[in-house]
Amino acid sequence: MSEFLQQFLNGLALGAIYALIALGYTMVYGVLRFINFAHSDIFMVGAFAAYYFSNWFGRFLPPSSVLGATIITLASMAACALLGVVIEKLAYRPLRDRSKLNVLITAIGVSLFLEYAGQLWFGADPKTFRLLPSQNVHVGDLVLNSNQLIVFGMTLILLLALRFIVMHTRIGTAMRAVSFNHQAAALMGINIDSIISFTFALGSALAAAGGILYAMNYPAIDPLMGVLPGLKAFVAAVLGGIGNIPGAALGGVLLGLVESFVRGSRFSTYADAIAFAILILILLFRPAGILGKRVVEKV
Amino acid sequence: MKRPKTLLALSLALCALVSWAVSFAGRSGHPVNAYFLYVAYDVGISIILAVSLNLINGYTGQFSLGHAGFMAAGAYTAGVLSTHLGPRLIPLLGGDSPFAHSIVFLTALLVGGLAAALTGLLVGVPSLRLKGDYLAIVTLGFGEIIRVILQNTPAVGGSRGYSVAMGYTNLFWTYGFAMITIYVVMAMVHSTYGRGFLAVHDDEVAAEAMGINTTRYKVTAFVTGAFFAGIGGGLYAHSKQFLNPSGFDFIKSIEIVVMVILGGMGNTAGVVLAAIVLTLLPEVLRPIAGYRMVIYSLLLIILMLTCPQGLFASIGSGLRRLLRRKTGVSTSPSTHG
Amino acid sequence: MNAPGQLLVLEQCTIRFGGLTAVSKLDLAVSERALVGLIGPNGAGKTTVFNLITGVYQPTEGRILFDGKSIDGKRPYQITEHGIARTFQNIRLFPSLSVFDNVRVAFHLHVLSGIEHALWRGRAFHDEEAAITAQVLEMLAIFKLERFRDTPAKSLPYGDQRRLEIVRALATRPRLLLLDEPAAGMNPTEKVELMSLIRFIQEKYHLSILLVEHDMKVVMGICEHIVVLDYGVKIAEGNPAAIRSNAKVIEAYLGEDSGSGAPNSQSPP
Repeated sequence: MSEFLQQFLNGLALGAIYALIALGYTMVYGVLRFINFAHSDIFMVGAFAAYYFSNWFGRFLPPSSVLGATIITLASMAACALLGVVIEKLAYRPLRDRSKLNVLITAIGVSLFLEYAGQLWFGADPKTFRLLPSQNVHVGDLVLNSNQLIVFGMTLILLLALRFIVMHTRIGTAMRAVSFNHQAAALMGINIDSIISFTFALGSALAAAGGILYAMNYPAIDPLMGVLPGLKAFVAAVLGGIGNIPGAALGGVLLGLVESFVRGSRFSTYADAIAFAILILILLFRPAGILGKRVVEKV
Repeated sequence: MKRPKTLLALSLALCALVSWAVSFAGRSGHPVNAYFLYVAYDVGISIILAVSLNLINGYTGQFSLGHAGFMAAGAYTAGVLSTHLGPRLIPLLGGDSPFAHSIVFLTALLVGGLAAALTGLLVGVPSLRLKGDYLAIVTLGFGEIIRVILQNTPAVGGSRGYSVAMGYTNLFWTYGFAMITIYVVMAMVHSTYGRGFLAVHDDEVAAEAMGINTTRYKVTAFVTGAFFAGIGGGLYAHSKQFLNPSGFDFIKSIEIVVMVILGGMGNTAGVVLAAIVLTLLPEVLRPIAGYRMVIYSLLLIILMLTCPQGLFASIGSGLRRLLRRKTGVSTSPSTHG
Repeated sequence: MNAPGQLLVLEQCTIRFGGLTAVSKLDLAVSERALVGLIGPNGAGKTTVFNLITGVYQPTEGRILFDGKSIDGKRPYQITEHGIARTFQNIRLFPSLSVFDNVRVAFHLHVLSGIEHALWRGRAFHDEEAAITAQVLEMLAIFKLERFRDTPAKSLPYGDQRRLEIVRALATRPRLLLLDEPAAGMNPTEKVELMSLIRFIQEKYHLSILLVEHDMKVVMGICEHIVVLDYGVKIAEGNPAAIRSNAKVIEAYLGEDSGSGAPNSQSPP
């Protein structure tokens, strides 16, 4: 039983990180109807930004202090938000009226660029990175890591903040309007371009937070660290119903749990394939995802 | 293409001749640089992969990101077959002779192709109901699953990789199959039957209304494309003589897709050219190895931004415009020519 | 209900999308070589009826018979094989294919040579391809499209696109042709030409035609029999004169707008 609970907690922590990345996929899909392949690399850049910031600011802002860690995290989120906006402006905006496959390929190009440029600049070797001291808390037979608690806390805060922005602010309302219908939103006086930029900024900042949380719970970071979590987070977004924000969070948590239990079983070497198996089953039997709505093609 | 069959026969004969000349030079003490030969094999294999993917992605418009998976199915099947069954078949074929080895290799390649085609059928039938980027992601997922299965199969070395005993691949087999791939794809598309692929690409609902069984066409394209990807995989296995599952990940699929896009979807000549250029490019950039993938990815982005119809399509239409202005000859504006 | 001479019969056909009943208990019959009009205000379910007949949608209830055989549950391409062809309200040609290839694709059903012939390219293949080319060119000539032979369909003028869609549908050699608002976007001269074109093809290809059309002049001018739908329910049917004076029909149209499109506001040509 405690074995089960332990896997459950590990899965929840992993799922929280998937959820943070999945939100970026789902929001961009919501406003632009395309899969931002480079999103998984923003996640990686987020972890590296925090690594470099903690090296640079470390002298006067110790990354092990709460204040230091908070500032480093916020700075990395801001840096990735900027990166996301720049990528959209340079690489995706000129192609907005082109076929979606062209944009998909461009996004793959951006993704490869970030990965290879990362290997060049950051070095291909894994780097260790620590924010806040990690401590184990024993609750009966269960071992809870302080970093896992931070993952839960931070994910919850970010999800609530996102919900507030999307549901209760003017810009969030505008985002929802754009995701329904570009033209109608534009006719209502909404500046589509700035809403799309904002969406990218928001999604990228969340990915950066995901990257930092991921780095805190895993031994090392490297330029290709985003590939698999990114693909899985995309699966999470599809699982929950792509374009649907609560769906992405739900999908992330579900996927994290499933993966954690598979890793704990004798099929552990198949853990990476399980996400794809789920993706394929979902797309074949319920393409709209758990919370999504079916769309019938007009003839 | 007035007499395509004659053209095919001639080009096959040419492949045989060049291949024989190279091996003759080797035997008479003037061997062709092995590095150039291996690059030449890579180019030929790329042509096979890109032209076969073009049938699926370009002509039929079904965006697949799983070609490396089919290649892997062919590579492993052919490699295992020639390594394990080869030594047993050779004595039955009259002992150690070029003929016996050729039969073993051809059998391995064809069975590898069939294994890939079967994989294509298994992947295609369920996933071809999906469209656009969803199909792309599902095929990517299937490709990755094939890779993970190979990684977890100890019989083929798992993640440590698998050594293929014989280095059978030579210029004749590589370019012979490249010619056959080009011929088959072109011949299929250039017929009343084959216009159905293009119709499916343009508008599936209208194609159904014209009596076209769109599922059948899509599966046909998928299975045919997968078959040749398997052949390409078999040639790869007997050229490198070492197979590792990680060599067939989705980055490999993307490389092939980029060839198709750069060549111009549904433009076989352009795709062949793109396969050649993109296979040679990393070799040319080898001196600045650290930067070459960065340059490659930047080029990809810039090309998509500047000529989304494919580089060679843009060059082609530019040439046509120029030609028309100069000579007043009107040429067919259809891109599927 | 399947009286002799009736080519297409819909029996009590209903289709629901979620809570919305788009077509309700519709009975409809098109007899051999008849020209039937299907009219109704916007959103009455006319195109949905076409999509039901052609297998794009499956009826929730009811049966569809073609030539006495049940065709509901079949896929669109199978229904085309049975001899029903259609055009689309929002033109759906193959935009990147040439005009010639658009028609050639439609010969698909009557091609004997498949993939193996295309690969072998023997005499039988070449003979058949030559025969198809001749037939396509003949059709293009009849409908005055031969000068656009190599033009991609997407660059064709609007009216010619509509015409090409009809030619393409005819090339499948149907017995029943469904025309979905063929006059949409045409000017009065083009509409008159269209009416004579429809009469011409019906005569030449011995067709039954079911016509959805907004333009009352066109419908009243060429249809012998008219069925009126409103909110998915058949509210009237009969000859043009009867429809024009039907109180329910007038009300349905007046309810929609101030009568500009109503059947009785236009005089027959």
